[in-house]
Amino acid sequence: MYAWLWRKLPGRPLARVLTAVALAAAAGAVLWYAVFPLLEPAVTLDEVTVRR
Amino acid sequence: MRATLRAVGELSITAGLILMLFCAYLLWGTGAYTQSQQSLLKGELAAKKPRAERIRPGQALAMLRIPRLGRDYQYAVVEGVGAEQLKRGPGHYPDSAMPGEVGNFVLSGHRTTYAAPFNEIDELERDDEIVVETPEARHTYRVTSQDIVRPDEIDVLAPVPGKPDIRPIRAFITLSTCHPEYSAAERLIVYGVLKESEPREE
Repeated sequence: MYAWLWRKLPGRPLARVLTAVALAAAAGAVLWYAVFPLLEPAVTLDEVTVRR
Repeated sequence: MRATLRAVGELSITAGLILMLFCAYLLWGTGAYTQSQQSLLKGELAAKKPRAERIRPGQALAMLRIPRLGRDYQYAVVEGVGAEQLKRGPGHYPDSAMPGEVGNFVLSGHRTTYAAPFNEIDELERDDEIVVETPEARHTYRVTSQDIVRPDEIDVLAPVPGKPDIRPIRAFITLSTCHPEYSAAERLIVYGVLKESEPREE
């Protein structure tokens, strides 16, 4: 998967590394700001109230 | 075969990295939201006139200070204990007493996520002060004891904590959060009783 992606990246190795880092950062940002806030309510490891 | 194995391996590593990132988000990312909401709530409190209208869920109720947990320890308490309200800061059970009132003033707060306001309340010792400041008055409670209870043990919310059949003659405070850390198995409860109330001069 990653080898295939690496072959698809254009340019010299340095340019490829930079593109790869940028892609990873973009994926991380989408997860952090869009996906994780949606998933978070499903995680109940911090239930704090007492109720029936 | 080898290609498939490699793909599975790469996917597993990716999934692991995403899970680690998600844990980091839960522990630290959620706190950013709480911090921004806290400044809103603090602004709301600063602008509030004493004896204003009834407080509704989602509104700022009081400032909470616990000197034992640090000189800077202060959180704006929000009215209500729904998930949305607790993300903004420690929440007050709407059916429980108001600050300084006879009965039980009950607060819940996150222990590990959303800035974790109640992370260290297990460190509170007998006679430590819990200060609750409303626009009208400063109420100082002192800690009396701690307990660990089941999540459905609602007796701790009673006007006299733990004794649902007795009518209160004193003002109590009860803090609740999850226990153990990172678990929803039990609740950590800190009890206190009102030491003094002084009106705030304008």
